[in-house]
Amino acid sequence: MPRRWVFIPFVLLLAACSGPINSPYAPGEPAGRTLFTAFSERPKHLDPARSYSEDQYQFVANIYEPPLQYHYLKRPYQLVPLTAAAMPTVRYYDAAGRALPADAPSAAIALSEYEIRIRPGILYQPHPAFALRADGSPRYLPIDARELARMRRFSDFRELGTRELTADDYVYQIRRLANPRAQSPILGLMAEHIVGLRELAAELTEAVKDLPRDAYVDVAAPAFAGAYVVDRHTYRVRVRGKYPQFMYWLAMPFFAPMPPEAERFYRQPGMAERNFSLDWQPVGTGPFYLAENDPNRVMRLRRNPHFRDERYPDAGEPGDAAAGLLADAGRPLPLVDEVVFTLEKENVPYWNKFLQGYYDASGISSDSFDQAIRVGADGQPDLTPAMRERGILLSTAARPTLWYLGFNMADPVLGGLSERARKLRQAIAIAVDYDEFISIFTNGRGERAHGPIPPGIFGHRAGADGINPVVFTWDAARGEARRRDLGEARRLLADAGYPNGRDAASGRPLTLYFDTMASGPEAKSRLDWYRKQFAKLDIQLVVRSTDYNRFQDKIQKGNAQMFEWGWNADYPDPENFLFLLYGPNAKLRGQGENASNYANPEFDRLFERMKDMDNGPERQALIDRMVAIVRDDAPWVFAFHPRSFGLRHGWVANVKPNQMANNALKYRRVDPAARVAYQARWNRPVLWPLAVSAVLLAAAIAPAATAYRRRQRAGVRERAGA
Amino acid sequence: MLDYILRRILYAFPILLGVNLLTFTLFFMVNTPDDMARIHLGAKHVTQEAIDTWKREHGYDKPLFYNADAGGVARLSETLFVDKSLRLFLFDFGAADDGRDIAREIQTRMWPSLAIALPTFVVGLLCYLSFALLLAFFRGTALDTGGVVLCVALMSISGLFYVIAGQYLMGKLWNWFPISGYQPGWAAWPFLVMPVIVGLVAGIGDSTRFYRALFLEEIGKDYVRTARAKGLSEPRVLFRHVLGNAMIPILTGVVVVIPRLFLGSLIIESFFGIPGLGSYTIDAIQAQDFAIVRSMVFLGSVLYIIGLVLTDLSYTLVDPRVRLE
Repeated sequence: MPRRWVFIPFVLLLAACSGPINSPYAPGEPAGRTLFTAFSERPKHLDPARSYSEDQYQFVANIYEPPLQYHYLKRPYQLVPLTAAAMPTVRYYDAAGRALPADAPSAAIALSEYEIRIRPGILYQPHPAFALRADGSPRYLPIDARELARMRRFSDFRELGTRELTADDYVYQIRRLANPRAQSPILGLMAEHIVGLRELAAELTEAVKDLPRDAYVDVAAPAFAGAYVVDRHTYRVRVRGKYPQFMYWLAMPFFAPMPPEAERFYRQPGMAERNFSLDWQPVGTGPFYLAENDPNRVMRLRRNPHFRDERYPDAGEPGDAAAGLLADAGRPLPLVDEVVFTLEKENVPYWNKFLQGYYDASGISSDSFDQAIRVGADGQPDLTPAMRERGILLSTAARPTLWYLGFNMADPVLGGLSERARKLRQAIAIAVDYDEFISIFTNGRGERAHGPIPPGIFGHRAGADGINPVVFTWDAARGEARRRDLGEARRLLADAGYPNGRDAASGRPLTLYFDTMASGPEAKSRLDWYRKQFAKLDIQLVVRSTDYNRFQDKIQKGNAQMFEWGWNADYPDPENFLFLLYGPNAKLRGQGENASNYANPEFDRLFERMKDMDNGPERQALIDRMVAIVRDDAPWVFAFHPRSFGLRHGWVANVKPNQMANNALKYRRVDPAARVAYQARWNRPVLWPLAVSAVLLAAAIAPAATAYRRRQRAGVRERAGA
Repeated sequence: MLDYILRRILYAFPILLGVNLLTFTLFFMVNTPDDMARIHLGAKHVTQEAIDTWKREHGYDKPLFYNADAGGVARLSETLFVDKSLRLFLFDFGAADDGRDIAREIQTRMWPSLAIALPTFVVGLLCYLSFALLLAFFRGTALDTGGVVLCVALMSISGLFYVIAGQYLMGKLWNWFPISGYQPGWAAWPFLVMPVIVGLVAGIGDSTRFYRALFLEEIGKDYVRTARAKGLSEPRVLFRHVLGNAMIPILTGVVVVIPRLFLGSLIIESFFGIPGLGSYTIDAIQAQDFAIVRSMVFLGSVLYIIGLVLTDLSYTLVDPRVRLE
């Protein structure tokens, strides 16, 4: 064996010992301006036309840049330009194509045209699709099959290039939404709004029929009136009628730019087999690019060397300056050079590695909640002394989410707008105590819901004005809502024809069915809790647990009687919650998102007026009326709005929970020296167990050795007979 | 012997076809292509149109076994079963539902699986055989009784407990190894030690007891008494004669496992963050990715059959009386 091989174990040992020996990172890595975090599920898609979940957005939103973004610090959530030079201008036209004033009534508006002007000089990240030969032709388009055969990893493309972001890239991406190969989840929704998108989708669907699966589809070829380029840096999007919520969509990655040459590059034969695709290697203009994509292990975002001059905001909410959130005001972004996402599927190792300092931030699972949080006498959550000792900080925020218990309004017992059914639902709404649920099953991480609109979104009312009078009364002395007495629920139940939980006509006990995706031992206590809530009214609850698919199928076909459901805001507008109760959106009728199949003509009329209005007193009045109708009809038992709890180490700065923005990584700052010092302090190896193990081993070997020697000296008969 | 191997390979085809048929039937008994589309399209804004497009783009818009709209042979060939399952016999695994190439994933992921499974298997086998021989050597003594009690205790504890206890003690409390994670190449070794130790400890109870029982059965036979009568030392009797004659049942359990080491361990890989084939399979089942599930089941079946053939071949090596005809 060559002598140099002898040194390999020592070299490995030394390499491992240059930091804490239990460090999961390469030596020296934590000393850089790097943010360390984790992801629990490998993202399926990184194509901005297709990505639509948080696990995908944490990458996509930091790489791709739509024209708008949410202000990082200001609340309520406020849209500001990202790549746009200014906020889009909107022009309205009537059915005859005549321009209308900005304050024209919604009914008169047949078309809205959004004009977006992007900043000139924005460059894409380095990417082989932009690499050019000396004669200006694309270096890798077409790529030689033999050359491609040598490409094992994406980094094997040695020649990279860039180019300026143009308006054409944005229009191209809007066209991509119609590409059946892109399978955009918002195609159905956007086809209702963007002019000509449905027709474009139909044409492209026909065009791709005979094409191989990975072939390039020229989405720019068919005629399309929905979006067009005005000049190199300006484009317009044409939307049917008045649809003010479209502005929010312009802050989502669906409307980020896509350079056509990137798609042509990836759609070459042989690329997909090597996992070279837009789903695998994004190409954007954002603060980071995906430097390493091993979704089985680690995803690494690195600073985009061509990133433009974007600065940390210099204004926020009152209190932000005191919280140190404006300390970096005016500094160029991003404030870290790299973000390392490690795959961590299980909560226990994630939590332990956070405590060791190997992750900069962590959520709090139910398992570790008591270790991290204690609830003070005032009911407010606070860190435990153990967390404080480590300099860990807590951030909480209301999530723009609603959980509810839904009734199927098409059900003959619970559904419909009859007085009998309404009173039955109201009785259940009083009996099911979600305050208790929040306390038991979410560790208090939730806020009781009184209506469909979560806090922080226009239309939500707090305090005495915001309570659900069907279920609560206002205790002025204590300044809080109090759940109505169970006696009232029983009275409502009796009025509904079920005195003491029995059908007055037949005398049979009232039995209701609760459909849920929850099953197994973890869900048992929660389902038992539901049974107990209904038992308060002597109603027998039958729980029908099923899997996700069967559950979806039941809801789709209206076969469920009661069910748990939730909605997370796409954008911070009341329309995004109230549309869940709009009659034409009923799943049974229109395959929309109205899972309860609720339809109230007055509510629907008000919704149609409210959805296109700008925020203001008039819109608030309409929303108040709509919420009152829903509370009275009670198609849902409003459960709670969850609160997010996040922990971070003291060396991480500029953390303010922003439930709408997914591109917040560029604002984060770390203090690597502090991190390295804490990691060294918290991870000193404990060696005494090795000594104890050695002693125990010796203690076990000694009698065995003695017995062995005695056995060896023994005769054959003794050895055989033992 | 060549005839025998050829025959076994030919036998493998109907077995694999049966496995494919069973996997296909079971999978589509609980999942329809619509269900699969819904899972992949997410919970929001999903229309029937989007579901139909997904099915068409992923080739799930055909009937399962019989295409009444087609004519002739196409009635059977233009079906999901033929389209999705028969290509596997050419080891053409195709793409996962998220578009990623399955063969490439398998090639990438089998190495981390092997990095855990191989040392656990080799070191484990040596340890378990040694412990079992030790207990057999001290049979009937307090050491033997203590060892058996310890083995029973160890095999009574859930494997998950060893994982969590190992991570807590060696990773968190004593700071010896990274709690989870993986690095490619030589940098992988700090991440492998703890899973291997945990794997060893988790398997020590039942394996040692099993091998001990085999050895005790052999120890009572005449040839062992003869060996002792010849004056051979006890270690020589145990390692040369008893171990040699107990090899057939040992090989039956061991050789069949060897090819399947590539497939990894579901729990160990998931908890220690090892990007192997075990976690790949679990993720695919959870995501209802039929393309991956059928590929992994097919691969598992092929490796199992290879393991069985190797086991038969290994008998001829350890027992000259065995002939494969």
